[in-house]
Amino acid sequence: MHFSLFRRVLIVAICLVGLVFALPNVFYDRVERHNDAVKSIEAGLPVTPEMTADRALWPDWMPATLVNLGLDLRGGAHLLGEVRVDDVYAARMDAIWPEVRDALRDVRSEVGTVRRQETEGDTLRVRISKPEAIQTAVAAVRKLAQPVTSLTGVGETDLEVTARNGEIIVALSEAERAATDDRTLQQSLEIIRRRVDEVGTREPTIQRQGADRILIQVPGIGSAEELKAIIGTTAQLTFHPVVGRTQDPEANPGGRNLLLPSLDEQGVYYILESTPVVTGEELTDAQPAFDQNGRPAVNFRFNPTGARKFGDYTAANIGSPFAIVLDNEVISAPVIQSHIPGGSGIITGSFSVEESTHLAVLLRAGALPAKIDFLEERTIGPELGQDSIDAGAMASLVAFVLVLVFMALSYGLFGIFANIALMLNIGLIFGLLSVIGATLTLPGIAGIVLTIGMAVDANVLIFERIREELKTARGPSRAIELGYERALSAILDANITTFITAVILFAMGSGPVRGFAVTLGIGIITSVFTAIYVTRLLVVLWFERRRPKTIEV
Amino acid sequence: MRLKLVPSETDWNFFRFWKVTFGASVLAMILSVILFFVMGLNFGIDFRGGTTIRTHAEQSVDVGAYRDALQPLNLGDISITEVFDPTKPDQNVTQIRIEAQDGDESVTAETISRIEEALTALDPSITFPSVESVGPKVSGELVQSAVLAVLLAIGAVLFYIWLRFEWQFSVGAVAALVHDVTLTIGIFSLLQIKFDLAIIAALLTIVGYSLNDTVVVFDRMRENLRKYKKRSLREVLNLSVNETLSRTVMTSVTTLIALISLFVLGGDVIRGFVFAMIWGVIVGTYSSVFVATAILLYLGVKRDWSKPDNTAGNQFADIDA
Repeated sequence: MHFSLFRRVLIVAICLVGLVFALPNVFYDRVERHNDAVKSIEAGLPVTPEMTADRALWPDWMPATLVNLGLDLRGGAHLLGEVRVDDVYAARMDAIWPEVRDALRDVRSEVGTVRRQETEGDTLRVRISKPEAIQTAVAAVRKLAQPVTSLTGVGETDLEVTARNGEIIVALSEAERAATDDRTLQQSLEIIRRRVDEVGTREPTIQRQGADRILIQVPGIGSAEELKAIIGTTAQLTFHPVVGRTQDPEANPGGRNLLLPSLDEQGVYYILESTPVVTGEELTDAQPAFDQNGRPAVNFRFNPTGARKFGDYTAANIGSPFAIVLDNEVISAPVIQSHIPGGSGIITGSFSVEESTHLAVLLRAGALPAKIDFLEERTIGPELGQDSIDAGAMASLVAFVLVLVFMALSYGLFGIFANIALMLNIGLIFGLLSVIGATLTLPGIAGIVLTIGMAVDANVLIFERIREELKTARGPSRAIELGYERALSAILDANITTFITAVILFAMGSGPVRGFAVTLGIGIITSVFTAIYVTRLLVVLWFERRRPKTIEV
Repeated sequence: MRLKLVPSETDWNFFRFWKVTFGASVLAMILSVILFFVMGLNFGIDFRGGTTIRTHAEQSVDVGAYRDALQPLNLGDISITEVFDPTKPDQNVTQIRIEAQDGDESVTAETISRIEEALTALDPSITFPSVESVGPKVSGELVQSAVLAVLLAIGAVLFYIWLRFEWQFSVGAVAALVHDVTLTIGIFSLLQIKFDLAIIAALLTIVGYSLNDTVVVFDRMRENLRKYKKRSLREVLNLSVNETLSRTVMTSVTTLIALISLFVLGGDVIRGFVFAMIWGVIVGTYSSVFVATAILLYLGVKRDWSKPDNTAGNQFADIDA
C-alpha cells in the first residue's frame, strides 16, 4: 500500500486549511461583531471603546469570513421588482421637445408654425402649418439625432424621425431603446443601492435579474413594506411653473398641464405646466435643515446645468409661484422672490424632523428613473429564522450522531475511519461555503443533512468492496488496495451524475433553492475527497503501524 | 460483531416476479398520473401567485373565527390551515393563503395591512412571522423554469449515462427517474401536500439520488458482464443486484436516518420538502432494482465489447463467447 509522503502532507494540509476557514463559523456572534468593528474602523468612523473591544473578540490574523445566512434563516425582506423601462421613453420625448421646437424654429420660413400633438406613450408628434415642407422639417429634426453609445448599436442613431399625414413622428430607435433600458436599470440599481445603504443594514443583496428586473434582499429589516418605503417606488422630485390654484379636484387643467394635490393643505390643488423646469436628477446634494422660522426643512443644491436652468427660470419669473413636486404631490409652492443664481435652495413645508431627514435621504439618493412594479415580496421575521436555525441545527446533530453510531456498528474500526472523514467533511463544507461567500438557507441545511447521509455512500462502496476482495485476494493489504481501486468507478459515476443535477439546480433555481444546490454540490466534492483520500490515509497509517495479518471490515 | 442489515452472501432471485413488480410500477405510475389530473397538485404561491401569511398567536387558534374575520375583506378564496407540529404541540401557528389579486404585481400593502388589522382585532397577541407574496407573472415563469430544470436534469443524465455505458442503461436509468418523479407527483396529489419551489429542488435531488443508486448497480453489471461471459444476462444482472445489495441498503438507511431526523426535528417549514426526499429515497432505491434493471433485462445488452453489436434485444444470443 504505497502512499507517497507528498500526498499525505497534501491531504493533511487541505483538511487543516478547510478547518481553519470553517472555524469562524463556530464563533459566529463573536466573529460577526469583530467584522462589524473592523468595517467601521476601516470606514474611518471614530473608534469607540466598544469597537476596540469587539475587534479584540477575534484575532486579526485568523480568517474571519463567515457563511452568510439567507433571509429564511436571518429574517428580513425580499423583493423582486420589474422596472417600467417604457416610462423613460415618454420622459425622453418630453425632454427632446424643446430641442425639436428650436430646430424647427430655425427653418420657420419654410415649415411655418409648429405645434406638438397630444400623444399617448413614447412618440412625439409635431404638426407644422406648411405640410408641403415636411421633408425639410424631417431633415431638420434628424440633425438632432446622435449616435447610440452601446456595443450592439454601433452605427445607429438614437432617434427615428418619419413623416406621416403631415406630421413629424419622432421615436427612439430600437438600438437606443435597448441602450436606454440598460441605463435605466443601472441607474435604478445604483439608486436602490444608495438608499438601502443609507439605512445601514448588513449585507444587502441588490442584483439585476434578466432584462428589466431587480432583486433586493435585505436581512434584518422589519418587512417588505418598510423596504419598499425606503426604495420609494416613485420618489421623483420636479420643479414646475404654477398656472393656477383650485379647490376643485375635477378641474380640467387644460392641455399639457397637470392637476396635482397639495401635500399639506387639504382640498387644495395646483395646476402646473407638465414639463418641469428642473428635475431631481440634477440635484447634487440635499441636507435636512431648518428654515428661518426654525421649522424643519431641506436644503438642496443643483449641478451646473440644473443651476443654470433654475437660475434662468427664477430670473425670468420673479413674482410668480413655483411648485416643488415630490411623487405627484405639491410639497410647497413658494413665490419666487429674486433671481437664484447659485443653484441652491430650501424646501419648506410642514415636515417633522424625521420627515425632513427622510426626504433629504430620498433626494440625495436621486429619483428612480422609472416606476418599479413589485412582482414578488417576502418578509421573514427574525424569530422564525432563529427557529429554523435551531431546528436545523438540532436535526443535523441528531442525524450526524445516528449516522456515526450506525457506521461504527456496521464497519467497526473502518466505520470509525469513515466517521472521522465525515466530521472532516462537515468542516470542509463550512470552510468552502465561507471561502466562496455562499449563502446558507434552510433548504441548504437540508442539503447538508442529506450530504451527511449520502457522504458515507462512497465509504460504504469501498468497504463493501474490500469485504468482497477479502474473500478472494491475497492478504488484507491487497484487498484494501483493490477495494479502493475497484470502487472508484462507481463512486465517480454516481457522484458526477448527482453533481450534474446540483449544477442544473443552481443554474435554474433562485433564492433558497440555489442555497440547496450550493451545499449539495459542495457536499459532493468534499465527501468524495474525504471518503477516498482521508479514509485511505487513515487506513494506511493504521496498517503501517499495526501490520495486521487479517482484517475485519 | 458487526451490525448487518443484509447477510454477507445473498442469492435472492430479484427477477422471479419481474413482470409483476414491473407491472406494479407501471400501474403506480398510471395511478399517479390519474391522481394528478383528478385531484391536482396543491400548488403553493410560488406557482400560482397569491399571498401566504404565517400567524403566530398566544392563544389556541380557531380557524373558523379567523375565517369570519377575513370574510368581509372580499379577498376571494382564502384558505386557512393550522400548522401542526408534533414537536411543538402548543405553538398556535396558522398559514393563511390568499389568491392572487388582479394584475401582475404581488399583493398590495393595503391588503396585507387590512388582513393584519382584522386578525389583530380578533386576537391582540397575534404576530406575523412571515408574509410572502408572489405576482402571477413571476409564478408563471417559475413554473416554466421548474419544468425546464427537471427536464434538463433528466436529459443531462441520459446523456452522461449513455456516454459512460450503453444506450440500454441510459434508457433504464431514465425510466427509473421518470418513475420516481411521477410517483412523487402522485403522492403529492394524493396527500395534497403543498407543492412549491422547494419541492422542485427535492424532485431534482430525488433524480440525483435515484441515479446515484442506479449507477452503482449498473457499474457492477458492467463489470460482471465482462467477467461472466458465459452466464445468461438475467443471471448476471441478478448477481450484480445481490452483490451490491448490502451497499444499497446501507446507503439508503444512512440517508433515511438523516432525513427522518430532519423530518421530525427540522420544523414545519421544510417538512414537505423533507417528506418528498424521504419518499424519493424509498422509491429511488426500489426503482434502481425493479425498474432500471428490469428494463435492461427487457432490452438486452451487448455482451462482448470487442465485437460488433448483432445481438441487441436478444437476451439469449451470446453463448458464443
